[in-house]
Amino acid sequence: MALTKTIIAEQIQEKLDLPRTTAYEVMEEFLEIIKETIESGEDIMISGFGKFCVNEKKARKGRNPATDEEMTLPARRVVTFKCSGKLRDLINSRDTSL
Amino acid sequence: MNKLELISTLKDRTRLTKAEAAEVIKIFFDSLSRAFINGERVEIRGFCSFHIKEYKSYVGRNPKTGDKVRIPPKRLPFFKCGKELKERVDYKPHAP
Repeated sequence: MALTKTIIAEQIQEKLDLPRTTAYEVMEEFLEIIKETIESGEDIMISGFGKFCVNEKKARKGRNPATDEEMTLPARRVVTFKCSGKLRDLINSRDTSL
Repeated sequence: MNKLELISTLKDRTRLTKAEAAEVIKIFFDSLSRAFINGERVEIRGFCSFHIKEYKSYVGRNPKTGDKVRIPPKRLPFFKCGKELKERVDYKPHAP
């Protein structure tokens, strides 16, 4: 099963001994901080986990594969993720100490 | 922004102590890391989702020396940006 916000909120609830709704609100506030930061164009770096980067993509010519029509795709801003070396090694080893 | 700045921002915007804010952030990223190690999918609505992508072994080259090297198979978390974040981070349609 996929890891979801509900599961993470339950862990926060248990470890910090908070009411369920507070645990969920705290997590949402944390996610909002991350989203605002990325929105402002600033990267987020979590040591031992990875880095969320904001990448500027230039406008480029593309083609609609269905109609074969040429068009200009506008400049975009996208989010990318780079996994830290430490986490990468953990994922690729059989070590499950975490 | 790094982990320490995240902790103090979360502390300022909630009623948590600094230690609790640090704990929340630790729980969050530890959960994700554990899911990756177990090969599980992660889905954080509005933010992002991850799945573990398996890469096969291939023969690559050392870009400095040009020597052929065998790259062993590997697994990496594959990031997919969530709809809300994607729309918020991109240029606004009416931006100057």
